[in-house]
Amino acid sequence: MSDKNKNVASTGNTVGKVTSAGGPGFGNKREDGLSGRILLKVSDLKVSYGGIEAVRGISFDVPEGEIVTLIGANGAGKSSTLRSIVGLEKPSAGSITFNGMELTSMGTEQIVKNGITLVPEGRRVFVNLSVYENLRMGAYLRNDDLSKDLDWVYSLFPRLKERHWQAAGTLSGGEQQMLAIARALMSRPQMIMMDEPSLGLAPIIVQEVFDIIREINRQGMTILLVEQNANMALKAADKGYVMETGRITLSGSGMDLAENQEVKEAYLGKARK
Amino acid sequence: MDFLSKNLPYLLAGISVGGQYALIAIGYTMVYGILRLINFAHGDIFMVAGLVLIYSTTVFPLYISIPLTIIVTVILGMSIEKIAYRPLRNSPRMSVMISAIGVSYLLQNLALYITGGLAQVYPTIPFISSPITIGPATTKVVTILTPILMIILVIGLMQLINHTKIGMAMRSVSTDFETSRLMGINVNNVISMTFVIGSFLAAIGSLLYFSNYPSVIPTSGGMPGLKAFVAAVFGGIGSIPGAVIGAMLIGIVENLIKGVGWTTFSDAFTFVLLIFVLLFKPTGLFGEAATDKV
Repeated sequence: MSDKNKNVASTGNTVGKVTSAGGPGFGNKREDGLSGRILLKVSDLKVSYGGIEAVRGISFDVPEGEIVTLIGANGAGKSSTLRSIVGLEKPSAGSITFNGMELTSMGTEQIVKNGITLVPEGRRVFVNLSVYENLRMGAYLRNDDLSKDLDWVYSLFPRLKERHWQAAGTLSGGEQQMLAIARALMSRPQMIMMDEPSLGLAPIIVQEVFDIIREINRQGMTILLVEQNANMALKAADKGYVMETGRITLSGSGMDLAENQEVKEAYLGKARK
Repeated sequence: MDFLSKNLPYLLAGISVGGQYALIAIGYTMVYGILRLINFAHGDIFMVAGLVLIYSTTVFPLYISIPLTIIVTVILGMSIEKIAYRPLRNSPRMSVMISAIGVSYLLQNLALYITGGLAQVYPTIPFISSPITIGPATTKVVTILTPILMIILVIGLMQLINHTKIGMAMRSVSTDFETSRLMGINVNNVISMTFVIGSFLAAIGSLLYFSNYPSVIPTSGGMPGLKAFVAAVFGGIGSIPGAVIGAMLIGIVENLIKGVGWTTFSDAFTFVLLIFVLLFKPTGLFGEAATDKV
């Protein structure tokens, strides 16, 4: 595994937190604590749709092993950012590097092969495929034995195991979200991006989804999370960025942003005191 | 019993023709399933397969020209997708359909140019053209061979779709292009694969179908193509078992109508059936509910 070597080679600063050894899914596990090495670097990214600039030159970093969140209202450009990282949109300017590789010129397939995966907005499970087949599709690029990873995602999501052969279209919204996350994990990514995983779910399920996000992060996964549910996202995140109409207007640690007066007013529904 | 023995030849012919329609109909239904496109050129691909065999037998022995025909047909189907449909992947569906109609006319007119408008005599393929007697009916081996071969191919195809990785990828792509790409699936390759399978089956169908006919003309693909299309719609377009059942039904009923003596109306039956299906059950026998892809 080449990514292991890269990890060893990285020189760390002191930021970051210790991750415990976790499930079999991650190739980028470190025994020696985290380096804070920048895994994904986005610089001056611009994305336009037919003359409308959805993302207007944003820059941010995702350090290895952390949860980074982009929060903001509808149309702030969060989804466009994720979509351009994974090659579904071509950025009009800027650069995206992952492990030092430039992604902007790569196709989606190649980007996925290099270890990034996106849990798309609205879950988008393959409704006509069984739960098991959905998971196998997640591991489409792999040709090795999947049984360990299957056991692992089933241990994270026991409810999926019960529904092993059921068509994904018959699952509830929460179960579909779990499946979408499990499917993404099956590719053994180095970084997983999630686009509004809490969208349209009951509060108790949202809580469950965030518990899972924390758990897979605890096991060593780097996560880039896009959310409108700023409260939950900032609580879970190591680092947060606030996006407004295509620009990043604020950034800071998850805790700091959650306490920030502007953020509170705009996204957390708390009135000025 | 009397009815059966009197109509056995027609029934056998119906099963055989139905099997041939089925092999063409699968091509329509698979392409529709994945691209939501009616590939109007499919019947003409079938015709071209006939012509390729005719021309290749003038140079090569049959054991070379039959595989050659299959290969050329597959390459043709794949190239049509690459040249005429792929560049329109993000265009409205109507544009792709018009492109398909264009390809259909292009193939017919190319065939007209190459054949000079003359009917080209289809070679006799030994064994499948030899006579065989079943009870009171005498027919060709191809009549019996067609349904058997068709069933074997369909079972193989269903295995491929339901139990292999590429089959799973095909089903994924048919529900959601973008998410399939996120899985690392090369959507274009999967679509090419669909055209490969469709054209392969059309080539086999063409070998079986034209051995019952003396010759091939540039419009020979029209009627069987249309009937296979009706079969696919009747069975529920997108569904492979549906296409097979629809094709068998159309083939058998058409020939029984001929048996009764209403030969003139046998084609009309197929198209009246189409009208009724569209009026009363537009999704066909096994079609998915009419939810459009968003």
